[in-house]
Amino acid sequence: MIPIDCPVCGVRESAEFQYWGEVGEVSTDGSADVREARRAHYLQVNRSGWMLERWLHAAGCGRFIVLERHRTSNRVRDVRPERAPSSAAR
Amino acid sequence: VRPSPRYSAIGLVRHGLRKRPWGRAWRKDELQPRYDVVVIGGGVHGLSTAYHLAAQQGIRSVAVLERAYIGSGGSGRNTAIVRANYLTPEGIAFYHRSLELYQELADTLNFNIMYEPRGHLTLGHDDSAMRTLRWRAEVNQVMGVESELLDADGCRRLVPPLDISKDARHPVMGGLWHGPGGIIRHDAVVWGYARAASANGVHVHEATRVTAIRQEIGRVVGVDTERGPIEAPIVIDCAAGWAGEVAAMAGLRLPISTVTLEAAVSEPVRPFLSPILASSNLHIYISQTTRGEVVIGGPVSTFPSYSMRGSLGFLEGVATSVLELIPSLVHLRVLRQWAGICDMTPDAAPIIGATPLAGFFLDVGWGSYGMKAGPAAGESLARLVATGSTPELIAPFGLERFEEGRLVNERGASAVGH
Repeated sequence: MIPIDCPVCGVRESAEFQYWGEVGEVSTDGSADVREARRAHYLQVNRSGWMLERWLHAAGCGRFIVLERHRTSNRVRDVRPERAPSSAAR
Repeated sequence: VRPSPRYSAIGLVRHGLRKRPWGRAWRKDELQPRYDVVVIGGGVHGLSTAYHLAAQQGIRSVAVLERAYIGSGGSGRNTAIVRANYLTPEGIAFYHRSLELYQELADTLNFNIMYEPRGHLTLGHDDSAMRTLRWRAEVNQVMGVESELLDADGCRRLVPPLDISKDARHPVMGGLWHGPGGIIRHDAVVWGYARAASANGVHVHEATRVTAIRQEIGRVVGVDTERGPIEAPIVIDCAAGWAGEVAAMAGLRLPISTVTLEAAVSEPVRPFLSPILASSNLHIYISQTTRGEVVIGGPVSTFPSYSMRGSLGFLEGVATSVLELIPSLVHLRVLRQWAGICDMTPDAAPIIGATPLAGFFLDVGWGSYGMKAGPAAGESLARLVATGSTPELIAPFGLERFEEGRLVNERGASAVGH
């Protein structure tokens, strides 16, 4: 269980949140062919250090947030609200 | 001290009478500047691949590079269950072959891996789970793997302390029984493969971390390690939880998320549980070791993590589920708990085979089912590396399946929640 400092609700346990995926450089704007789209959908950066991630505060305010998490120590930093609601739901 | 000779009953008596210490089971070799094949990862997959390359394919210039000690990753952290009752025909054929190899492995390796065919019982607690279990039973029977559906009373006959009362929070509706499923001693499997590989000329290098994978014009030419560079025309990624980190050194991105899987073991108690007991709904699996300890595994983490620390949250969760199934364990004390990391693919099937980088092979994506797959993965991969043609058994599991959109959906076959 890791504490996440939600910008709306304050510090809560990670069990209240859902992990929604890496915030990556890949974008599917509809122009990609099906193979490219599948690559964008399936391939992960998945490094063991700091990663930018998208989470949903499902059992709290219901907002999407973007945070940086160290995937070995599970330390979380730089939590901020996601600006535009993303239509590219992974 | 020289490596021990072939183990036998007479040798044991003779050695015991001489009162000398046993030698190392495998050689310690000097790191060479060049090998025909470099295998990254000294777990069951890396060592099995190296063993099959040397013993069956005649490729003896093989180095296994392990960053810590052999069996220090997933191979020493799993719950030691072997079984073949998967969901897809592709998966069943593969794990069936692996189980066959496990059944003969103690003889093959001349090393006691302590395979015990206790049987594997997966409980279902709702209609949806029962439907998946019935589906698995049917596919398994067609594929020639022993598997049958039992009602709640049938489950209780196999596990007498099981609570099958109708007013339980998750009442047992039935179960999937798989007789040949069993447990092995996972450390012995790793040591046995290391010993047999070493006897066939393989070099096993512990404390040798790979820091880079070198390539020239689209093909791999070697690796850099913290102990110096090694030239090799073939490099194999058998790094399990760290598979993605290794692939990144080769400039490849994989469809893999690394997640944490936790387990715990109790104090030893009197034998009460013969089969391995799993629950599709509660996402736990328990078995009792020969020493009497109860081994408990749970679901993988709901977010990616390379953390190998146990958590209180896990213990609370599995304790609740275990007591739901076997209330009489209420006073059982946990002796220790630990965690390992799993390389999960989107379809819960592995990735074995060649990559766009010539000479670089993958044996990854083994999620929470790698230990039971080690023998067949090593056998098939060694054949692919030696002959250049992909054995039928692993043909469905290539990296290209994600791009081509033909996934092997094995998600319903696991007791752990994915």
